[in-house]
Amino acid sequence: MELNGAQIVIQSLKDEGVEYIFGYPGGAVLHLYDALFQQDDVKHILVRHEQGATHAADGYARATGKPGVVLVTSGPGATNAVTGIATAYMDSIPMVVISGQVPSAVIGSDAFQEVDMVGITRPCVKHNFLVSDVSKIAETIKKAFYVATSGRPGPVVIDIPKDVTAPDKTVPYNYPKKVEMRSYHPATTGNKGQIKKAVELLLSAQRPVIYSGGGVVLGEGSKELTELAHTLGFPVTQTLMGLGAFPSTDKQFVGMLGMHGTYEANMTMHESDLILAIGARFDDRVTGKLDMFCPYAKIIHVDIDPASISKTVKVDVPIVGEVKLVINQLLDGLKDAKYKVNKQASEMWWKQINQWRSVGCMEYDRQSRAIKPQFVIEQLYEVTKGDAFVTSDVGQHQMWAAQYYPFDKPRRWINSGGLGTMGFGLPAAIGVKLAHQDADVACVTGDASIQMCIQELSTALQYNTPVKIINLNNNYLGMVRQWQEFSYESRYSHSYMETIPDFVKLAEAYGHVGIRVEKPEDVRPALERAFAMKDRTVFLDILTDRTENVYPMIEAGKAHHDMKLRVAIGTTTDRELS
Amino acid sequence: MRHIIAILIENEAGALSRVAGLFSARGYNIESLTVAPTEDSSLSRMTLVTRGSEDVIEQITKQLNKLIDIVKLIDLQETVHIERELMLVKIKTTDKMRDELRSVVDIFRGKIIDVTPTSYVIEMTGTSDKLDAFIATVDKGSIIEVVRSGATGISRGEKGLHL
Repeated sequence: MELNGAQIVIQSLKDEGVEYIFGYPGGAVLHLYDALFQQDDVKHILVRHEQGATHAADGYARATGKPGVVLVTSGPGATNAVTGIATAYMDSIPMVVISGQVPSAVIGSDAFQEVDMVGITRPCVKHNFLVSDVSKIAETIKKAFYVATSGRPGPVVIDIPKDVTAPDKTVPYNYPKKVEMRSYHPATTGNKGQIKKAVELLLSAQRPVIYSGGGVVLGEGSKELTELAHTLGFPVTQTLMGLGAFPSTDKQFVGMLGMHGTYEANMTMHESDLILAIGARFDDRVTGKLDMFCPYAKIIHVDIDPASISKTVKVDVPIVGEVKLVINQLLDGLKDAKYKVNKQASEMWWKQINQWRSVGCMEYDRQSRAIKPQFVIEQLYEVTKGDAFVTSDVGQHQMWAAQYYPFDKPRRWINSGGLGTMGFGLPAAIGVKLAHQDADVACVTGDASIQMCIQELSTALQYNTPVKIINLNNNYLGMVRQWQEFSYESRYSHSYMETIPDFVKLAEAYGHVGIRVEKPEDVRPALERAFAMKDRTVFLDILTDRTENVYPMIEAGKAHHDMKLRVAIGTTTDRELS
Repeated sequence: MRHIIAILIENEAGALSRVAGLFSARGYNIESLTVAPTEDSSLSRMTLVTRGSEDVIEQITKQLNKLIDIVKLIDLQETVHIERELMLVKIKTTDKMRDELRSVVDIFRGKIIDVTPTSYVIEMTGTSDKLDAFIATVDKGSIIEVVRSGATGISRGEKGLHL
């Protein structure tokens, strides 16, 4: 079959099984858009800004495990996509971004809408390609999907000069079934000797904890992690990215850890003598002050990426491999082991943990006449029966969603953890809804974040993706305001928005339903009404308590046992650091 | 500590900037970097000299290995190895100092490869330390120009860095 470059791109996407492509046309990709027009298999979603395209593709990828695909033009189209590419990179999300480039002959001449996309994206992609010849398109696309989805996933950019997709040059088309790269061999199973060492440590620990992260979600290791945790009976804490991989309603779950983690999770980490870290990367929001991090613990670290191991925290037993395979190896090792988990030590440890739990670090004022944001999330949980896909933007609302919506399944909690990208939530929700059309999809956002990609309300109408936007509107850049309250003597420098739009009218202007909620007793009925409107995008503008803060909080440079709590409990640890 | 990292990398456009970009993005220092094609035209060999604690060097090699274009690498510090650097030095000469300079060049096993009435160009190879030592011996004021290739290295014995 002889095809031209543009046809090869589209045909390759079809052969790769791509369902949706999120994009925005422009000069350098006109040939590609013409080829898209002449087929129906790959459905194109026209966003309103290229950042929206990358976040929507990202949301689709996070909700399905399949790579998200993006198509943008050269120059500003490409640079607008960069924020979304970096977002996917930081959270290891598989994504393939095809960007148009000016014709080969004028590359380097500062041509109209020219930008060095390969150069700009180099630090925020897993890999990128510049396709120099039509005969190389199919193979490059195959490689891009392979690299994006294997090993530690990540975004891959394919930059294609306009002449390479021109209609006049055709070549025989043959999409490779498989691709081998001599320079790329992702890890699979863990080293047997290390597994043995890990099993010994797991069985001799007195105060163990499992600390798992987004890698378990990405590596489809949720079932295995749950089995391992139940076999060992250890407490489990998860990172922001890991939520849902182990059921949050399980009694072994002690909550999220880190800066806004629960008191019990952070204390369990701090006092533990063994940490089994799985698919987590010891991010600074998790560890707090590094030299005070878990002073009594030995660490076993399972990760697909060797560079994640001992990057910030030196570990005792590194295991490089796919989480799913390595957990199965650990389970096998535990079955064969001569001795079992120390019951007595375990009981003592749980007694201590339950004491920490009894502090009630997640309590808030339920009698308040103002709408408490935590209450909204709890109501959202109840109305959606805990089974919604929840996307978020970045800030206080993100933390409240993570804290008060217990996720029991992986891929349900979709947020920008690593890069912390405001504007992520709405386009991501659109991507999620396209993937799961019968599911409830909520975007928990704030009055500041939602305005960063508000234009995608228009996309939501065009493609009928009825998501529910839960806007926790406090008229502030809430998280900035909170830091200013704690660290800058309440000098609220530019964290207040004096002119925010009437979101109800705005939603209506975009063709959706807008509902304003001003009283606590109206929250539940409004949520029920919104979710009952199955075929409408509903914007719930909920006016929440403006002064509410996210607790607990480990302030920057502090250790896990040094938390700011809503309730005063005296000293936070019964043991002095050695 | 100083480490010499030898890298086999796909001979493709932009491969060098991936390595250089990694170092600047992550704040690692590069003391020198040399790159040239190998006998296999699809591969380039890069020699990178860097300094850092053991932890930093471990991260550097891991991050380098993560680059898709890098096929293989070794930290030569971990093997018995030979290091060589090429240096060309242009020195302003007077009649008085020519003899003395010639004998210093001999001691360092260098060669004088260009002579004018007022200058020498000296070629010298050796470890980077040796080249430093030569420079230290010569009167600073007389040096017109120093060109150094950066260190390259190879392990001793039969084993080597190849596919």
